[in-house]
This record gives sequence, C-alpha cells and structure tokens, in this order.
Amino acid sequence: MNPPLSHEQLERARNAGSQLHHFHGGLRLRHNKKISCELPLEATPLPPRLFVPMLQHSGLSAEPTVKPGQHVFKGDQIGYYGVKEEMAVHAPTSGTVRLLTRRPISHPSGEDGLCVVIEPDGLDQWTQLDPIETWHHADPARLRQRIREAGIVGLGGAVFPTAIKVDDAHERGIHTLILNGSECEPYISCDEMLMREQPDSIVLGARILQRAIGASRTIIAIEDQMGAVDQSLKAAVMKSGADDIDIVKVTTIYPEGGEKQLIQVLTGVEVPSGGRPADLGLLCQNVATATAVAKAVVEGKPLIERIVTVTGSGIRQPRNLVARIGTPIEILVDQCGGYTEDAARLVLGGPMMGYALSSDSNPVIKAANCILVLSELEIEPPQPEMPCIRCGECARVCPALLLPQALNWQIRSQQWDEVLEYGLKDCIECGCCDFVCHSHIQLVDWFRYGKAELRSQQAERGKAEAARARFEAREARLAREKQERRQRLEQKKQDLRDQADMKKKLAESIERVQSRKDGGK
Amino acid sequence: MSRKFDTGGAPHFPPHSTVASVMQQVLYALVPGVVAYVWFFGFGILVQILLAVAFALMFEWIMLRLRKQPVRLFLGDYSAVVTAVLFALCLPPLAPWWVAFTGMLFAIVLAKHLYGGLGHNVFNPAMVGYVVVLIGFPQVMSLWLPPASPADYTLGLGAVLHTIFLGHLPAGMTWDAISQATPLDTIRATLATGGMVSEARESPIFGDFGGLGWEWIANFYALGGLWLIWRRVISWHIPVMTIATVVALGLVVYLADPGSNPAPLQHVFSGALVLGAFFIATDPVTGCVSNRGRLIFAAGVGILTLVIRRWGGYPDGVAFAVLLMNMAAPLIDRYTRPRIFGQ
Amino acid sequence: MLNAVIAITLLGSLFGLGLGWAARKFRVESDPVVDQIDALLPQTQCGQCNFPGCRPYAEAIARGEAEINQCPPGGEAGIKALADLLGVEAKPLNPDNGEEKGKTVAVIDEPACIGCTLCIQACPVDAIVGAAKLMHTVIESECTGCELCLPPCPVDCIDLVEPKRNLADWQWPRPVVQYSKNLSAGESP
Repeated sequence: MNPPLSHEQLERARNAGSQLHHFHGGLRLRHNKKISCELPLEATPLPPRLFVPMLQHSGLSAEPTVKPGQHVFKGDQIGYYGVKEEMAVHAPTSGTVRLLTRRPISHPSGEDGLCVVIEPDGLDQWTQLDPIETWHHADPARLRQRIREAGIVGLGGAVFPTAIKVDDAHERGIHTLILNGSECEPYISCDEMLMREQPDSIVLGARILQRAIGASRTIIAIEDQMGAVDQSLKAAVMKSGADDIDIVKVTTIYPEGGEKQLIQVLTGVEVPSGGRPADLGLLCQNVATATAVAKAVVEGKPLIERIVTVTGSGIRQPRNLVARIGTPIEILVDQCGGYTEDAARLVLGGPMMGYALSSDSNPVIKAANCILVLSELEIEPPQPEMPCIRCGECARVCPALLLPQALNWQIRSQQWDEVLEYGLKDCIECGCCDFVCHSHIQLVDWFRYGKAELRSQQAERGKAEAARARFEAREARLAREKQERRQRLEQKKQDLRDQADMKKKLAESIERVQSRKDGGK
Repeated sequence: MSRKFDTGGAPHFPPHSTVASVMQQVLYALVPGVVAYVWFFGFGILVQILLAVAFALMFEWIMLRLRKQPVRLFLGDYSAVVTAVLFALCLPPLAPWWVAFTGMLFAIVLAKHLYGGLGHNVFNPAMVGYVVVLIGFPQVMSLWLPPASPADYTLGLGAVLHTIFLGHLPAGMTWDAISQATPLDTIRATLATGGMVSEARESPIFGDFGGLGWEWIANFYALGGLWLIWRRVISWHIPVMTIATVVALGLVVYLADPGSNPAPLQHVFSGALVLGAFFIATDPVTGCVSNRGRLIFAAGVGILTLVIRRWGGYPDGVAFAVLLMNMAAPLIDRYTRPRIFGQ
Repeated sequence: MLNAVIAITLLGSLFGLGLGWAARKFRVESDPVVDQIDALLPQTQCGQCNFPGCRPYAEAIARGEAEINQCPPGGEAGIKALADLLGVEAKPLNPDNGEEKGKTVAVIDEPACIGCTLCIQACPVDAIVGAAKLMHTVIESECTGCELCLPPCPVDCIDLVEPKRNLADWQWPRPVVQYSKNLSAGESP
C-alpha cells in the first residue's frame, strides 16, 4: 500500500497547469506528423459491407442484440456488455444485418472474433435521436447515462469505457478535467487535425464533461509544436464564453501524452502506483473522446465513427479521414491514393505502441487512431536478440522509473515475486526501453508476457482458493451429515429403549393391578 | 482485393545501434592511447594486441561451437576484441606470446563463457586474464621498457618479434640492460629501501606528473574516454568518481605523510588508472546498473586502487580493485534501486 | 602459539554468541510448512498423488513421507515451486502418478444422464448440480478437472473437454527468442 497523498501533493494537483514540470526519461523522436496534416479532414465513403466487431473495448466482448436479416438504422444499438451496458456498440449506418460471423477484427492476436456484418442501404438514416439541448441545466447523472448509452470509450488508444471512468470520477470528486491533446507518438495526427478543424466541439465536450463530473475547471494540454492548434482552440474558448478552460502547452518528449506523465508535467505530482488520477482529483480524457461526448449529448448521436490518420511512407497521399467503425482498412488506403511500391508493414496505432496487422481487410475499430504503413527501410528486420549487456540505457529513458533490464532477467527466469517488487505493474508499455536497447531485446513483448503471466497466476491462485474453499465446505457438509445421522440413530435407539422401558413399566403396573385384583378376590 | 502483410513486434522503427557498434566505438576511443603508447614504447604493444585478439577470437570460436551458440553472431559483436585489447594494454610490450595465450584462455573461456557468455559474466574478463598472468608469471610481467622516442628505440621490429615469439631476447641483449621498472615500481622499490618519494622522482623516467611517456598515454586515453562520454556510450559517473576518489584519498594520505606518498595527481597519471577509469571500470556487464550504484562502485574502485598501491603487495591496484568491486556490484545494485514512479 | 589458540577461541565464541542472539532477535514468523506447501498445490483434490486430497498430500510431504513429484495437475512448475520452498532438488514428475495434461473440465452429456447422483457424490468440490432422478450438470467455472466423476458414472456420459477460449481473455504470449537454428525457440542465450 502506498502512503496516503500528502496535503502538499493535493494542493499541487489543484494548481495543475500553473507550472510545468518534467518527467524522468523519455525520448525525443522525429514527429513525421506534417505529412498527414496537409490535406483537410474528409469522410470515407460507405463501403459495400461494414464489419463491426463485438470485441473493441478493453475488458469483455459485447453480445450482439441483432439477428441476421434485421434492418437497423444508423445509431441503433447492435450489441452491448456490462451490468449497466457500459460497452455498447452501434450501427454505423442504416442497412440490413447480413450475418454474425467470426473474421479478422484488428485484434493484436491476429485471431478472428465475432462481427456484425451490415450491408448499407445507402440512405444513411439516423435512428430516433434524443438530443439533450439544455445540457447546461441537465442533471449530471443524466449526462453520464447518455455517455454510457452512446458507447463512448477512450479514443486515445486505451479504449477504456468512458462511462465507467466518469462514474468513478463523479463518486470520488474531481476538481480539474484534463483534456489530453498532446499526441506524443510520431506519425499520429488525428487529434491535431481535430483540434484544428473542430475546436468548438472539443470545448463543448469539455464543458459537458465538466458538468457531468462536477469539475470546476478544464485544462486542454497540447504539444508545444502545435502552433495553429493553440490559436484555434483559444478562439473557440473565447467564442464559447467559458472562463474556466485553460490551454497549456507541454514540451514534446515521448511519451508525455501518457496519462501519468501528463499529470506529472502539469502538477509535479506522481499518480500513486496502483492508484488513479482520480486520487488527485483529476480526470484525463482524450480530446476526441470529448468531441464524442459533445455529439452524444447535444446531438444524441452515439459513437459510430472516428478520425483516423492514414500515413507512413507506404501510403501515397497521407491524410486524416473520418471513418465509420467497421470500415475495412483497404477502403481508407484507397482513399489515400493506395500503397506505394515499398509498403512492407501495416500497423494499427503508432510506431512505438502499435501492433502489426496481417491484412488490410481488418476493420476500423474504436481504438484505431492511426493506420501506419511502413516501408522496408523503416522497420527493424527480424534481428537476432543478443543477451543483455547491462548498459543501463533502458533505465535512463524509462518514464516509470523502472529497471527494464532487471525486469527482463527476472521474467525470463520466472522470478515472479521479484517481478512484482520491481514494479512491472507500473510499466506503461511505451516502448522507450525497447527503442534504445543495443541488444535488440524485445522488452515490451517480454513485459506484456510478464504482466499476462502475473494475471493468470493470480487468476489461478484465485481458482485454487475457491476450489479449496468448496472442498472444505464439502468435507464440512459430509461431516455434518454424518453427525446428524449418528444423532438420529442415537435418538432412535434411545426412543426404542424408552419404549421398551415404557412397555416394561406398563407390563409391571398391569401385573400389579392384575395381582391386586387377583389378591382382592 | 485485400492485401496481406508480414507482421512484427513493436516498436516499428529502424534499428539505430547494436552491441557491435558500441564495442567498435570503444575500440575507436582506444586508438589515440595506443598510438601514444607505440610512440613511446615501440611496436611491442601492437604485437601483443594482435596476439591477444587472435587468441581471444580463437577461444571464443571454440567455446561458441562447444556451447552450440550462433558463432557468426557472437564473434561479430566485437566483445572478445575489446577484452583482448584492454588486456593487451596492461602487458609489458615484450611479454612472450604464451602470456597473451594464457591470459585469453582464462579471460574468454573461464571468466566469460563458463559463466554464461556475453552479458552473464560476473567478473571483468580482461582483468581476470591480467591478474592470472600477473600472479602466474611475475618475472615476465615485470620486464618493462623505458620510454623513448621513435628515433631511438632500443629494439627494432625484428627484435621485438623475435623476443615475443621465441620468449627470449636476441643474442647480445640482456634484460638488465634494456628493461626498466615502471614509475610505480620505482616508487615502491625506493620506499621499500627506506627512501622518500621525492628521491624516487628524480629518476629520469619521471615527467611532470607521472612517468615520462605514461602521462601522455594517460592523456590520450582520457581523450578517448571523453569522446565515449560525449557519444553516450559510457556515462560520466564512473570515470569522474574513480579519479576524484583517488585524488581525494591521495590528497589526505599525501598531506599526512608527504615523504612516503606520491602527490595525488601523480597517482592519476601513473599506472592504469585513467585506462581503468574510462575503459575498464565502465564495463557495463560487470558493473552497477543505476547511476547511484555506479558512483559507489567507482568510489570503491578508487579507494581500493589507492590502498593497494600504497599498502598492498603490487605496484598497481586497478585490476584487483575492479575485480573486488565486481564482486560487490550485485549487492550495491540491490541497495541502490531507484524509486519507482508513484511509490 | 598459545596466544593464537586463545585468540581464535575467543573470537569464535564471540561470533557464535552474536549469531545466536541475531538468530533469535531477527527471527521471522512464518506459516507452518504444511500451510505453505498446501498453498502451492493446485487444489484439484483429484487423488492422483495417492493421497485423499491436497491437504493430506501436503501433510505427507511435510512429514517426509511423500516425494514432491507426485502431483500431475501441478506439473513441472508446481514441482519446481515445491523444490524452491523446501530447498530440495526438483525431480521430474513421477509417471506412476499420471501425466501433466492441459486444463480440462468435465461435461455431462445431458440426454444420456440417468440421474443416479453417483457423480455428485464423487466430486470433491461439489461442482456438479443435480438430484436423484433429475438431470445433473457440471458447473464449468468450479470444475477442477480432477476426473473423479468419470469412473462412477454407470452410463459413461461424462467427457473431459478443453474449456472454451474467449478472445477477450487473450494474453500476450511468451516472446520467441530466435536467432539461429542452433538455439530452440524460447531458450535463453
């Protein structure tokens, strides 16, 4: 357990944004973002089929609520999971549900998953929408409920259900909402384009979220090299008349867009290990998530599309597109002029944390912030992994202040107690250590495996405990039954004896009476 | 029509450095020092380096085959070459060939591969090899040459090769005539006979700071080392702390008894201290991981070097100091773990 | 000579007393070893170790009457953990006790079930639900795969199957270190 947060730390959290701090480590990477920011945002055309995966959220898979042959309107719910339906999936357009099938769903494992396949009817008709126009006066609980119904998740890449985060935040009391616009991974520019072209919706989303969680102010964090963004956001804030929204520029060092690192930069306080930003009274949301919230509340529209950066030297005309969930990636690539000669790898996400996909028939999912196509020269060929030479570069760049090389040794030799002690759970999988390793050790992959092992060990221990408890309960039950049986038997024997006694006594008294009778004669 | 791609793990960036490139940079950094060495002491050292490298690669190849490891990959990482060069730089220029052979046998086979190979060794292989030959062949390891300029080398290349490969001097030369003790040796001998350091320093082999020639070599090693720091191959913590500790402790000891102790700067420029500080103690595999740990490690190396030089049985203590601190490195690591984010 | 003997004896006694005092002062309270062993066992309660349950096996190990390599559900990892705990050498799994198999759960073929309750009585963790002359079914999440329900069933309607995999439960696999044909995948260099 960590020591409780000190008064000073909480004070600093309250003054978030007043002063900028640094976080340990990190890397200065080449941005490669300008190439995808030259063309304006454009919507993708409707493909012949949309493949909407049921597994898009961190956690559990949604269950489909539609059947093949059913007609759906744009925005109808087609699946949900969760006690309170936090993980809802909606139809991206109006049309017919063709089938429910297992196919590639842009999952990091590369495996197939359940999809709802929709054939658009071309009409693109919205379902019955229920905008909350008077959100300024609406009950915050109603706003939170709307976020839940709209299936909004963290669009920065973690796809954590926003409703859960917002509910938790409301319970704990948040004073500052932080909108994360500091997209730190190279190549990705979807947030930047959003902030340039739709700043009003971001500000609107900020105000709605502020009301929904009861925060008193908002900070929008942007990178210091986003010049045009700063101006457009400031103009939008002024236009909205809000006086409690600040725009703060943070230094561009990867991974300053990570939640914990961003909070450290803005407040100078570290989020406690195992804790959450809510412990400090802060809530972090991506700017795109805020836009989705604005749409859901003011227009009543659920999350059915997102901005995707399609870029890399394997794409002819890199740009940002507004794509519906379920659109096959090849449609987006075609809209960007197709592949170049030396396209060699298709990555969903950025070059540091993204994962490779084996085919462009994979659909756009809520987590797809970037489709990156790299050429042969830009990717590391399957390198032989050398042993660790303990140079310490990885520790120098780790933003979580871990010792990646120690963790590497421990995971390989299965020393799970030490792995926990050295803080594997605090690893944010940013990939900085992997990037600097001279020996090309796949550190991030080892840490992901280590975390998976820890989780499954914990699960197994839990199961073993449960099995032991059931076994002991069964033993107790059997022992109890045996005891009861014995008691019953004893009781019966006693009854019999009593009866025999009674009979004897009765016989004796009859005899006495009889003999008296006889004697009286 | 959908297109298929090959997949690979994150991060998706071109490789920017390898173990081999790190080791190569260390070798480049040693070049100025080696050039200065050859200038003052002749070609012998080059022959030693070549011998050591050859034997090191040979033993590495044998061990890799025996251990069924990928030979090309590990031979090409230059780690054996670096071990060999650092070892050879500690040898007297005219040591017979079997000194390099024995040294590399113990360094590569014993200290490196029997402990698990690259990245797994506990002790610095070059220093293990050096200590073995130092203790095993004390006579041969004490035959050093006096510094001279290239014009008047005592032995030409032919004579050097003769000495090294045949194990004895060419006819007509004797060791007494051509060899000379190192500056640290001289100081030690003088002190042992009851003399003062200042007397020892009057010998012509002494320059302004350390030994003539040796101080220049130390300067060039330092230059190479500073380049390595600039290139981020090593961090400044170990070299700075080692030298600082030696100077600080040396100052204390000197002030206590100026007669029997050399001045601190003389310590720095004598023997293998600069080479050790920049190239040997900074060996990442056998040192500490965190910067705080490295400072403690370096301080230990400095203190032990000085103690062995002053009161120990050998004129230079860098090798022993490094090996002793290698032993302590895991413990230092355990106690200097950095605080984790959020804890 | 005598001085040396006295000095060494004194030093030895001093250090010995010091160690004894330290052993008592810094003693760490720990669970009795039976509990620690039991915590490492998989709690399948299958009896393949020739003991009637995991706890009796743990007690037997603690008494020194059983070897640590008799538990197939625990597998190699379990043997290694026991070896680490007890400070003994890890042995390969004793083939007389069974083989290490993947996780399986029992499934009752419902149409074939005759409602005899024999399997319910056999299950050590009460994972089978049912009553006399009514259908029985296995609660998949509680089944430990111990296989004790298979022999008693008179109509042989219980099968062992692999539990269904859920993509949502997918975890990152162990990375494969592969740099030559000489080293097998996953082997540490």
